[in-house]
Amino acid sequence: MTSSSAAEPTGPPGSRGLGARVLDAPDISRVVGRISHEILERTRGSADVVLLGIQTRGVPLARRIAARMAEIEGASVPVGSLDITMYRDDIRLRGPRPLEPTELPDEGLDDRIVVLVDDVLYSGRTVRAALDAISDIGRPRTVQLAVLVDRGHRELPIRADYVGKNIPTSSAQSIRVHLVETDGLDEVLLTGGAS
Amino acid sequence: MRHLLSTSDLTRDEALLILDTAAELGRVTDRAVKKLPTLRGRTVVNLFFEDSTRTRISFEAAAKRLSADVITFSAKGSSVSKGESLKDTALTLEAMGADAVVVRHHASGAPYRLAHSGWVGCSVVNAGDGTHEHPTQALLDAFTLREHLRELEGRRVVIVGDVLHSRVARSNVALLSTLGAQVTLVAPPTLLPVGVDTWPCAVSYDLDAALEGADAVMMLRVQNERMNAAYFPSTHEYSRRYGLDTRRAALLADGAIVLHPGPMNRGMEISADVADGPRSVIVEQVTNGVSVRMAVLYLVLGARAEDSAGEASAAEAVSA
Repeated sequence: MTSSSAAEPTGPPGSRGLGARVLDAPDISRVVGRISHEILERTRGSADVVLLGIQTRGVPLARRIAARMAEIEGASVPVGSLDITMYRDDIRLRGPRPLEPTELPDEGLDDRIVVLVDDVLYSGRTVRAALDAISDIGRPRTVQLAVLVDRGHRELPIRADYVGKNIPTSSAQSIRVHLVETDGLDEVLLTGGAS
Repeated sequence: MRHLLSTSDLTRDEALLILDTAAELGRVTDRAVKKLPTLRGRTVVNLFFEDSTRTRISFEAAAKRLSADVITFSAKGSSVSKGESLKDTALTLEAMGADAVVVRHHASGAPYRLAHSGWVGCSVVNAGDGTHEHPTQALLDAFTLREHLRELEGRRVVIVGDVLHSRVARSNVALLSTLGAQVTLVAPPTLLPVGVDTWPCAVSYDLDAALEGADAVMMLRVQNERMNAAYFPSTHEYSRRYGLDTRRAALLADGAIVLHPGPMNRGMEISADVADGPRSVIVEQVTNGVSVRMAVLYLVLGARAEDSAGEASAAEAVSA
């Protein structure tokens, strides 16, 4: 991992080279806050909502959104985690990976409003796999999608209900999301081939 | 990991990856839909030249839970009984497009031959060869031990019985010592193989002393079908000196468990009240067997993909 961003001066978004920081820690905090409000607004209070974070970085994001929602509304929101490795369509191409835990809240998913949470929405294949996984686990009333970053280039007819930030990218670039829980700091970087 | 032929091929990290993967996959059993789409469209052939019930069924269940197609081939009622060689059987399977072959054979080394002869291009998983190895059994034993004892480092495991003919014992000694456990073999001198002193374990002839404070005991089946020579004077004497009964089970440490790879000879190597007692995890072993074999099939078939994809997979993973 190239987390040389600390040494690198942070240029404006879209600058060449490593690590243009497109979101910093306060930005991420504001985005999480806004998504929490939007979920509450759309679901009219958080009754029946289950937040399901996609491993790995969707899980801390889901926990943060749940904590924010609890602060705002005063009721706790169940959070779970989902590992979609066994549902990926690229196992033949990329080989096996270690599995992360899938933990469901005790309430289960049946007849719930499930909000999937992930860090980056790109091809949409991860979300496709997550939808397949959910249908094997239970039958939610609705499934919605919240992402921190939508970078475009969809390969499937999938869109997010709650988007932290739209970041137009070229497919040669990559988006790195770092979170305190997994990487020690909060930031979103845009790296690679700007041409 | 393209093939799984022997537990001595496994590094500590590989063994832990299999066990951790098995722990996650085992939870599929608790769900409403007990199936994962991971190996959809892949073919797993169960090639059994020797009788087996639980291993064959366990592999079959594991492959089906991962959505693979399963073809079961037993030597009885097949061309093998007409004298077809391993090579010709292998070529037939290759021609049918098998992605993985799970093989049990009465000759030690048959899976190795299958994997390295160039007869077949698919992955080979050893399901027991002669008196050599039975790696998935050792993995499920280690999995069961880990569920009950958490960490295996420094734990004392006693393996009792017919070590000479036991592929389970061989695989377990290699795997458990890789995982840091201290293994003690207990058997009559006639049932210990030549060269056992070079294995990474201790050897004892005194069961009571070995059981004192041990964290787990694994009873091996007395393999009557391989006993064409007299290895001990009488079954009664064997069971008195090397059988596990209630008195001996009480010597174990608190929280210790009793394992048996099955099928059991009740009253011979293990008494019925121990086999059905609170320390016994023999039924759990069967459940864990399916999880472990799912993990092995997933990792072995996935690794094939990795080889063929080559540098494509070297491109850094981009969050999608």
